Amino acid sequence: MGVARYWREIPARYNLIGKKCGVCGKVYFPPRIVCPKCRRKSIGKMEDYKLSGKGTVESFTVIRVPPPEFEGKSPYVMALIKMDEGCYLTGQIVDCSIDEVHIGMRVEACLRRIQEDGKRGAIYYGYKFRKAKE
Amino acid sequence: MREVAIIGIGMTKFGELWDKSFRELVAEAGIQAILDAGIEGEEIDALYLGGMSTGRFIGQEHVGPLAVEVAGLEDLHLPATRVEAACASGGVAMHQGFLAVASGMYDIVVVGGAEKMTDVVGGEATNILASAADREWESFFGVTFPGLYALMAKYHMHKYGTTQEQLAMVAVKNHYNGSMNPKAQFRRKISVEDVLKSPLVADPLHLLDCSPITDGAAAAILTPLDIAKKYTDKIVKIRASALACDTLSYHGRKRFDSLPAAVEAAKRAYKMAGIEPKDVDLAEVHDCFTIAEIIAIEDLGFVEKGKGGKATEEGLTALDGEIPVNTSGGLKAKGHPVGATGVAQINELVMQLRGEAGERQVKDATIGLAHNVGGSGGTAVIHILEAI
Repeated sequence: MGVARYWREIPARYNLIGKKCGVCGKVYFPPRIVCPKCRRKSIGKMEDYKLSGKGTVESFTVIRVPPPEFEGKSPYVMALIKMDEGCYLTGQIVDCSIDEVHIGMRVEACLRRIQEDGKRGAIYYGYKFRKAKE
Repeated sequence: MREVAIIGIGMTKFGELWDKSFRELVAEAGIQAILDAGIEGEEIDALYLGGMSTGRFIGQEHVGPLAVEVAGLEDLHLPATRVEAACASGGVAMHQGFLAVASGMYDIVVVGGAEKMTDVVGGEATNILASAADREWESFFGVTFPGLYALMAKYHMHKYGTTQEQLAMVAVKNHYNGSMNPKAQFRRKISVEDVLKSPLVADPLHLLDCSPITDGAAAAILTPLDIAKKYTDKIVKIRASALACDTLSYHGRKRFDSLPAAVEAAKRAYKMAGIEPKDVDLAEVHDCFTIAEIIAIEDLGFVEKGKGGKATEEGLTALDGEIPVNTSGGLKAKGHPVGATGVAQINELVMQLRGEAGERQVKDATIGLAHNVGGSGGTAVIHILEAI
């Protein structure tokens, strides 16, 4: 896969920059092109919006059989996370034992290596989550 | 809109069919259906073929003409359309076939579904299936397809107290039903203990909570109801065909304990058929993972939200229960050649409604429902069939 595909997602994947609807104020992450509430009215009014990175685990699973790009990295925890801004995303929970992860756990985003394009290809980074310090 | 009937069905055996190519599978199911309907090739007006990822499974796109060629119908220059909606490709192909006949455009339509999944090796099949999820915002970060359903399972268990044993009971029931289906991939009965002792794939889902990788094809012949009588006296009418979509990603949904697209498709289908959930005699639902069947029977209104696990435990959906679910063995035991599944569900319902299901026949079955889902719920198709 060409690197442009990953490069163009850098703002969202490195810095959690989503979109905020300029009409109703709702925040979207992953970024959306049109607000599903305001639709036509939101065209051209979706503004960049940086998330706080803080959120709560709504559900989680331990991946024991990983996809090829994650070979050798299992078991690892993937979670459905509700961000404090109200949007949801899917991310990995790191820096704690699997047993510590629970529904309702407070987490914060950190920048980590996600996967790489084979042994010689580009390394792709993005957000993962760890236990919140607060 | 014209009323539409199914006058013929066909299906290959499901399983790891090393000796059969994609072409042979498509031909076998199609020919069976054409012979079952008693139609001639020249009578066919159009063909719709469901296939999720022929391009990645066998390196072959453009499978519409492939189907025309294997059927030997190229001299008719038959209009053939390949339909893709991940694991709901077959169901959406049925919906397209239904629309084509109902609209008056075509009189005799062949609907097929096929997938050849075992020509790729290692984890490649799993990787291809992951393309039914959101590649940029789900799969990229390491979540697998079983992983998404595991998130659903964990959420459901936390909110409603659904247990691992109840999940396992779905697999046990479907393997029991599959043991009576000569075309099923798995024909051995299993126990709750077998499921819980099988390796974890994505907690809380064990290997035996997951549907397998399967080769197979299925087909059905659709005609307007008024000409169906010319071909058969065992007519099955399509009372409803409804399609609904949602966000591609699971995290983008409004609810996490339900598939809102399936709820909406069911609502549309019940309205179209003029029936209620209690009128359904049996259902084939999309049990790609055991949790999916529990959520399905809730979404379809057979039980209240949150009560699917308990209802399964109490035998509501067993072969001798109030609403037998997945009498074919479901995706779990019959197998899940993704593009074929939606059409295979229709095959089972037609067999049941004609009274041809043998050992697993549901007594006095008149109304059957098929629930076919793409991805983690981005697409849902519901068909309601009636024996007349």
